[in-house]
Amino acid sequence: MDAVWVYAELDPYGAVAPSTLELLTKARSLGPDVAAVALGPGAGEAAAILGEYGATTVFAGDDAVFVDHPAEPTAYVLGRLAQAHRPQLILFGPSYDARDVAGRLQGILGCALVANVDDVLDTDHVRLTVALSLWPGRPGNLRGGIAGAKLVDVELSGPAPRLVLARAGAFEAMPSAGRAEVVAVDVEVPAERRRTRRLERHEETDTGPKLEEARVVIAGGRGLGGPEAFALLEELARAIGDAAVGATRPVVDAGWAPFRMQIGQTGKTVKPDVYVAVGISGAAQHVVGMKDARRIVAINQDPDAPIFQLADLGVVGDALTVLPALIAELESARVGAARAG
Amino acid sequence: MDVVVLAKYVPNPSGSPPEIGPGLRLRREESDGGLDPSDEPGLELGARLAGEHDGEVIAVSLGPERAVRALHRALALGADRATLVVDPLLEGADALATAKALAAALGRRPFDLVIAGVESSDGATGTMPMTLAEELGIPALTFARRCVVENGRVSIERQTDSGYDTVECGLPALVTLTAAAAEPHHPSLRETIEAKKKPIERLSLADLGLDAADLGPTQRVTSVEIAPEKQAGELIDASEAPRRIVRLLEEAGVV
Repeated sequence: MDAVWVYAELDPYGAVAPSTLELLTKARSLGPDVAAVALGPGAGEAAAILGEYGATTVFAGDDAVFVDHPAEPTAYVLGRLAQAHRPQLILFGPSYDARDVAGRLQGILGCALVANVDDVLDTDHVRLTVALSLWPGRPGNLRGGIAGAKLVDVELSGPAPRLVLARAGAFEAMPSAGRAEVVAVDVEVPAERRRTRRLERHEETDTGPKLEEARVVIAGGRGLGGPEAFALLEELARAIGDAAVGATRPVVDAGWAPFRMQIGQTGKTVKPDVYVAVGISGAAQHVVGMKDARRIVAINQDPDAPIFQLADLGVVGDALTVLPALIAELESARVGAARAG
Repeated sequence: MDVVVLAKYVPNPSGSPPEIGPGLRLRREESDGGLDPSDEPGLELGARLAGEHDGEVIAVSLGPERAVRALHRALALGADRATLVVDPLLEGADALATAKALAAALGRRPFDLVIAGVESSDGATGTMPMTLAEELGIPALTFARRCVVENGRVSIERQTDSGYDTVECGLPALVTLTAAAAEPHHPSLRETIEAKKKPIERLSLADLGLDAADLGPTQRVTSVEIAPEKQAGELIDASEAPRRIVRLLEEAGVV
């Protein structure tokens, strides 16, 4: 029987990650036998929503070991469950927590793993977009949404289960009327699988609309030159209103912006009404996180930047000049509208 | 304290795109690839830790013969010696085969810490280091924006969606670093010249006691097609930008 499992990700407060619900929706299109594995405090309560989105069985383990000792206990228990129940496929979301579990599980089981998947065609085949150019280089590299992209179909082989990590937002989450049977997980995690310890959690507060929900996303890249210029993006967001600020991975790595602002392959996927890319060259890793925006505006000094291939409106210029002028124009337009009204 | 730093060879970012070769593999024949920039912070931190704790830094790469270029760069950035796992049977190796071969290479000598980038700049799978940790039987801490070694334990600040977590484990262990964990320096001319004198060891699968059957592929590309092109939009001058962008925002109904 070709069972499809979904690794259900829970946040520190026991809430189910949106990506889990997307994966369950996809899983139920692959076959009738869909299970979710939820490990960590809140797993039992999560069973209702997991069932609603397509799990017929939920393997639930509420033990705090899964949060006190990151990744390894989860991979160990998932491996034991997979060996006992033999699913054909286990689907994971794109987060680093999920990658850690999947990577270690691949070592435990010696099975296939494919990441950054755009679609699961059946339990043996997946489809992904491979960017053949890492960074912007030549205009000749440009193909479609991603510089030099190819759509690649991959057939999985070797022992089951096969592990598939989907891209953020690859599937749309849709509830069904389903209910799941809950199976309590009672696998004991041995001491040698409790080697990593979480000592502390530091949470920073976030203001303004959420990146995934804002109608306008303004994102900055290395081309901004430094953290001071990045602050101009916040100012533009305030001038627009329903806007949130995002960043590329190099900007987050450089410490100009926190990780929660990261858009792209390893960050968030956004689909706003308008995406304003400032000082962003258009590297494939970033583009996969924003290419489905309804309208794209790009501001960049380099007229050959690949982002211009993607933009509906491209501005060749210095962000430090363009942004203040744009903010002033928005304010005068607002004043004008107020007078007219 | 001996530190192993994984040093991946990636094609030149601004080079021509690779061709689709036999078996639908991506054939990368560029002559000017080099060290993955994602691995540079690890070399910087590795050299610092080995210096503080009286040990060596060994850069390890797996790839074709030209991957030796990544190791030259790693040696200039502070590695003391280097190992290249190179074998025709490894061509097209997937992440599992890579992890198994690297584990066999690393298992030849004791080490205290393995450092890798969070994910490679080309494949960006981001799971191989964890698979390697499992093959080596050691704990792993990932996605570190800061990494400290004290009293035989390693502790990191792991980036999370809401901030960061402090996580730790005993040695030997594997850590993956983001670029925030260490700022790589620019190698001096002297470092570059000295690097040429440092030893580079080459290991084949036979040297590692492995054969093709141990590294069987678990996936196969069945079709490749070019993604549909999008028509590029209008390119305008900076002076027109404020008016035109405001109009676009108005048309979208967001202001």
